[in-house]
Amino acid sequence: MTTLSQVRSRISWPNQKYLPVLATLSLLALMYGVGAANYEAFGDAQVVLNVFIDNGFLLVVAVGMTFVILTGGIDLSVGSVVALTTMLSASLLQDRGWPAFVVLPLVLLVGSALGFGMGCIIHYFDIQPFIVTLAGMFLARGLCYTIGTSSIPIDDPFWVSMAQSRIRFGDYFVSPSVVIALVVVLIAAFVLAYTRLGRNTYAIGGNPRSALLMGLPVARTKIAVYTISGFCSALGGVLLSFYMLSGYGLHAVGMELDAIAAVVIGGTLLTGGSGYVLGTLLGVMVLGVIQTLITFDGRLSSWWTKIVIGALLFVFILLQRVITARKR
Amino acid sequence: MTTITRLAKYRLFWPVAILVVLLLSNLIFTPSFFKIEVRDGHLYGSLIDILRFGAPLILVALGMTLVIATGGIDLSVGSVVAICGALACWRISEQGDQNSVGGVLVAVVMALGLALLLGLWNGFLVAGIGIQPIIATLILMVAGRGLAQLITDGQIITINSSPYKEIGAGYLLTFPVPVLIAIVVIVVSVLLTRRTALGMLVESVGGNAEASRLAGIRSRRIKLMAYVFAALCAGIAGLMISSNVSSADGNNAGLWYELDAILAVVIGGTLLTGGRFSIGGTVIGALIIQTLTTTIYTIGVPPETTLLVKALVVTIVCLVQSPSFREKVFKGRRQRPPTPTAPTSDAPTKVEVPA
Repeated sequence: MTTLSQVRSRISWPNQKYLPVLATLSLLALMYGVGAANYEAFGDAQVVLNVFIDNGFLLVVAVGMTFVILTGGIDLSVGSVVALTTMLSASLLQDRGWPAFVVLPLVLLVGSALGFGMGCIIHYFDIQPFIVTLAGMFLARGLCYTIGTSSIPIDDPFWVSMAQSRIRFGDYFVSPSVVIALVVVLIAAFVLAYTRLGRNTYAIGGNPRSALLMGLPVARTKIAVYTISGFCSALGGVLLSFYMLSGYGLHAVGMELDAIAAVVIGGTLLTGGSGYVLGTLLGVMVLGVIQTLITFDGRLSSWWTKIVIGALLFVFILLQRVITARKR
Repeated sequence: MTTITRLAKYRLFWPVAILVVLLLSNLIFTPSFFKIEVRDGHLYGSLIDILRFGAPLILVALGMTLVIATGGIDLSVGSVVAICGALACWRISEQGDQNSVGGVLVAVVMALGLALLLGLWNGFLVAGIGIQPIIATLILMVAGRGLAQLITDGQIITINSSPYKEIGAGYLLTFPVPVLIAIVVIVVSVLLTRRTALGMLVESVGGNAEASRLAGIRSRRIKLMAYVFAALCAGIAGLMISSNVSSADGNNAGLWYELDAILAVVIGGTLLTGGRFSIGGTVIGALIIQTLTTTIYTIGVPPETTLLVKALVVTIVCLVQSPSFREKVFKGRRQRPPTPTAPTSDAPTKVEVPA
């Protein structure tokens, strides 16, 4: 005799913690299916690879944002740090004529230092992350404008080769930036799943008080998370400058919102403590496929992207509420 | 000395002091800064300009004050500014006679009605479903820009309507109309919050929403009202801005207004954690920001540095407000009276490094 509950448990229901990620995956599959059914060219695998080529920088930024949101914080400065990185590298390469191998580590260091500073203020002075990173956003944008108000084109050979070279396999190709972005995703996934830092990140997001009482290094982890986000923003900025081959203070306006949207759509709980970098990867792909669909359609204007992203954000936040409400 | 220390304890002392210092510093660069004259029956002068251009910010910050007082935040005000300006301009550009007063009134009512709806949406998400305010209003902040561009069809709508122009650039009895509108809204909200129990209810909800619910306050309704009020204020500001330039730009109207508004509220002494709020402080905070912008333009410093200055101001104000910062920096100074110079030189560097 088997009771109903036993039968139910035998049907392999997906673990509830994977539910948001699975929802994103099915949404992605659905959108891709709709696109492939309506437009013949959409089914081409290169379309998917183009999504990565066009959104590699966003992916890196969103990975950093995932760390921050997992601890229950938020980082509004990422878009500005991206812009600052493009501007700084462009001006150092072009106006100062510094070599690429000096500029590259320097801009990554600047981004990490900004993140480190914000993390310190957030932790030691106990100010809401939202307002601190807001100030960081002003600061980075302001620094961009003090470097210059117009767009600076980059013609450094290293940058140009990164922008133009293609890694080919068969008929398909990706840019080196895509490889960098995917490596970042893999490293982040490894760090979150298998290292002490990753465990601490989840623990602080789950309950900061008990994490502190358990003797976990809350201060170090919190600051590390914002430093990672700063580093990822700077790396995203470098990738964006590869993509655009220019530095401009108005690059990446509103990217913080895209990054947050990607993380949320990817199933990371905004209250912290639950989520996966893989989900963020799917979230970025959802955003990219929406853009591609709207481009393929041709009748819809670009601002529909924003409206659709807003609607998706709403649906996924609602889903989060339902899931967390059921847990209690 | 004692009067100064007594004054310093007054809540609005520091905001007012900053404003006065900013205004006075303008005298060095433009001696005629405080000159106000009547030309063609209109008031003219730098001070009037600050008030006139600061009016939309005052309104948006006013709405933001109440939202922050309930413990929330509204990131969507900039988008609401753009949407309302776009809708009003679109309606006016559609009608045959752009100068008809009735048509303009219809457009204004439509735009404010839409603002009301947007506020209800935000309030519903926060109070009804219980989503964190930052995220709930983020949805409208992202989608709102798209909506505004949808209304304007991606173009900048230019209109030529003299009645509509009155809202943002007109004069009534020698006073600029936007300033008068701002004063009316300020007076109404002060009366509503300080002469009725409403203000106290808002503060109690912000202090502890759960406790006030148990005490019998309908905290959800209070929160909903705060978001609706914020959206309405943003709507009026949107009308002013679009009317002042006679055009609606879905992309750039009200861009980063939410940040300026939050900054104004914080400078005015309202705590971001909710609870006690100060409408007077917010008005002064908004004026400080507008004066800062005007000063930067008149002195001839590149306007790009405005953002840097704002970043520094936000950081310093937040640090000073933060209890743990005060404890760490100011208490340290009191405990070590023999070497008072070392910690004081410590404090400013601590403020500036991470900004």
